[in-house]
Amino acid sequence: MTTMTYRQALHDTLAEEMRRDDSVVLIGEEIGHFEGSYKITAGLLAEFGPKRVRDTPIAEEGFVGAAIGAAMLGMRPVVELMTINFSLLAIDQIVNHAAKIHAMFGGQVSVPLVIRTPGGGGQQLGASHSQNIEVYYAHIPGLKVVAPATPADAKGLLTAAMRDDDPVLVVENLGLYNAKGEVPGGDHVLPIGTAAVVRPGTDITIVAYSRALTVALEVARDLEESGVSAEVVDLRSLRPLDRGTVVASVRKTSRAVVLEDDWLSYGIGAEIAATIQEGAFDYLDAPVRRVAAAEVPVPYAKPLETASLPDATALRKVVGEILDATAFSR
Amino acid sequence: MSQILMPRLSDTMEEGTIARWLKQPGDQITRGDVVAEIETDKATMDLEAYESGVLEQILVPEGSTAAIGEPVAEIGDGSGSAGAPAATSSPPARAGDVVPAPVRAAGESPEGEAAVTAAAVAPAPAAGPSGNPSRTEGSLRTSPLARSLARRAGIDLGSLAGSGPGGRIVRADVESAIAQPGAARLANGQRASSGAPPAPAGASRATAGEDDEVVPLSTMRRLTAERLTESAKAPHFSLTTVVEVDALLRLRAEVNASLPEGAGKVTVTDLLVKACAAVLRVHPEVNASWATDAIVRHRRVHVGVAVAVPDGLVVPVIRDADRATLGEIARQARDLAERARSRRLSPDELGGGTFTISNLGMLGIDEFTAIINPPQVAILAVGAAGPQPVVRDGEVVVRTTMKLTLSVDHRVLDGATGAQFLADLRVLLEAPLRILA
Repeated sequence: MTTMTYRQALHDTLAEEMRRDDSVVLIGEEIGHFEGSYKITAGLLAEFGPKRVRDTPIAEEGFVGAAIGAAMLGMRPVVELMTINFSLLAIDQIVNHAAKIHAMFGGQVSVPLVIRTPGGGGQQLGASHSQNIEVYYAHIPGLKVVAPATPADAKGLLTAAMRDDDPVLVVENLGLYNAKGEVPGGDHVLPIGTAAVVRPGTDITIVAYSRALTVALEVARDLEESGVSAEVVDLRSLRPLDRGTVVASVRKTSRAVVLEDDWLSYGIGAEIAATIQEGAFDYLDAPVRRVAAAEVPVPYAKPLETASLPDATALRKVVGEILDATAFSR
Repeated sequence: MSQILMPRLSDTMEEGTIARWLKQPGDQITRGDVVAEIETDKATMDLEAYESGVLEQILVPEGSTAAIGEPVAEIGDGSGSAGAPAATSSPPARAGDVVPAPVRAAGESPEGEAAVTAAAVAPAPAAGPSGNPSRTEGSLRTSPLARSLARRAGIDLGSLAGSGPGGRIVRADVESAIAQPGAARLANGQRASSGAPPAPAGASRATAGEDDEVVPLSTMRRLTAERLTESAKAPHFSLTTVVEVDALLRLRAEVNASLPEGAGKVTVTDLLVKACAAVLRVHPEVNASWATDAIVRHRRVHVGVAVAVPDGLVVPVIRDADRATLGEIARQARDLAERARSRRLSPDELGGGTFTISNLGMLGIDEFTAIINPPQVAILAVGAAGPQPVVRDGEVVVRTTMKLTLSVDHRVLDGATGAQFLADLRVLLEAPLRILA
């Protein structure tokens, strides 16, 4: 175990896989000479050379399409999209090509493509650069979508993504790059499609992923001090979704809330709530609640931006309401 | 990984009990294999697998109950337990298994605050004339967990005060009721879920002591209790008549003597089915059902015959009994009764009756009053046939007689109507050749 940042874990994982497998290539804007907008690819051009670390023009559709072609012909390209907001420029390549080629061509060819890209608000980047639109991709059969919340998971899930034969979107988060945590040394692969109970509890289930997980854990620690045992489930993978772990947790606690950085309507939390009522209806003592981003384009002004994003206070309030609604006695 | 769900096996089924698992975790399953036997409100039926794979997990053990659509087992590729990641190129499609639920106003927040879902508190139920909230089961607000806990513990939800929003009964309320011995327990296994009326105030309640055995309710026993409790709400009266059956028994003997060796014999019950069907044809007011806001008169005559089975009672139905020959009725009745005893009747064979006959004569019962099988409006209770002194032309002579008692729903039928039906039935049974016509 080594303590390092989420950023460092991503960097080291890319480097280790490139050393292990010559077919891994990196493609993206400013990832070579500039070493990446968020410095994930620092030093990789120097070590692996321009054939394996390719700077591209500002043309997302073009270079994602090129990466899909490379993947079909046996390379293992890892695309960096500077933010998930720019994925919209490449959405046809991702949704109509990367996700469907394997099925549409009768399984003759796979697309072992990884797209790494950060989402998240809170950085005063304005409405069009602060979105959490991972649900667009989690909706699409043929894609896999993972959202690591810790440095260890960043290593485990990115490694799994790079070794997977299907296109995987690795959703990072601007608010997590500097987060520190212990990372296992050596080979560390987390199976895609597996959620984790990162904190066991008995009274209420808090489901979260990515940055929201850190908020969920903070609230769970506070709740413990006031005599409430909260179980925190990290989804880790948005597609495939590990419904079993979520349902099993709620069957134990009978209360559930989802904390999500995306917008409420049609969001990840809606899918989780539906999953819970399908799998744990008779175990529920109160409706499943969701805490999500305000339904507005994310404001630029700092106080407004902060108010629009879900936080520990909002989660605490809703947890309290669920406990009150179920006559919870501490 | 996919789930085997509790199927809907009859129109009135709400849940099913796993009578027996025929496959165990780890067993290979081929599409079409029978994986379990399910006891419904009407029959025990086979549960077939819709897809092939390995039975990975049994979610509902034998003897336990699951609602329609609830997963009872999981089928996978044998790689592990629930929630294993999809290893294939495409994540498994689960199209169609998302069920829309009523949506409450979601917390849109134009003020720009983080959105949260509404607490989903609807207005409290309307107060009754006395100012007390209505406490009928249908209007009770309960959490799903409270409902399932109450069902398991035999707690009458109608007797509890809810401490949740809008008076919703939550787990804590049920648990505190369980903690008070005797309080709010249902008498006679009355079902605590929707559909059953709350236990009447002052009803006697069984409590089990150390010397007592507590017998869990089978689905059939619970349903029987529910149906008959429902029936008891209807104003009943009963009419009894004595029928001389010497001619009927002679006819039966002649018919049976004429049958080839090994052919099934015609029973008195078969003759009664045929006779009742013929009389029902001319008394459509008796061949009817109570529909709360109307009376339904049935154009077809389907006669049910109560059959005792090891742990209860079922009523298989002989369809269009007025049009069937006596031989057909006898064959059907024998087949239905045999399959009833092995719990192999389909729901179709147990539903749709328009009239019921219950015969306890073979057990030596002289006469009894049967409880109407709702929504039917009449039931015939048949006693034992035996020699009795009767007065004929001023002389005491011995005749073979049988007592028939007709129970009648007074909401639908009046005394004279019931009496006319019974009189016509008696006339037919005493001059029984017309039964064969």
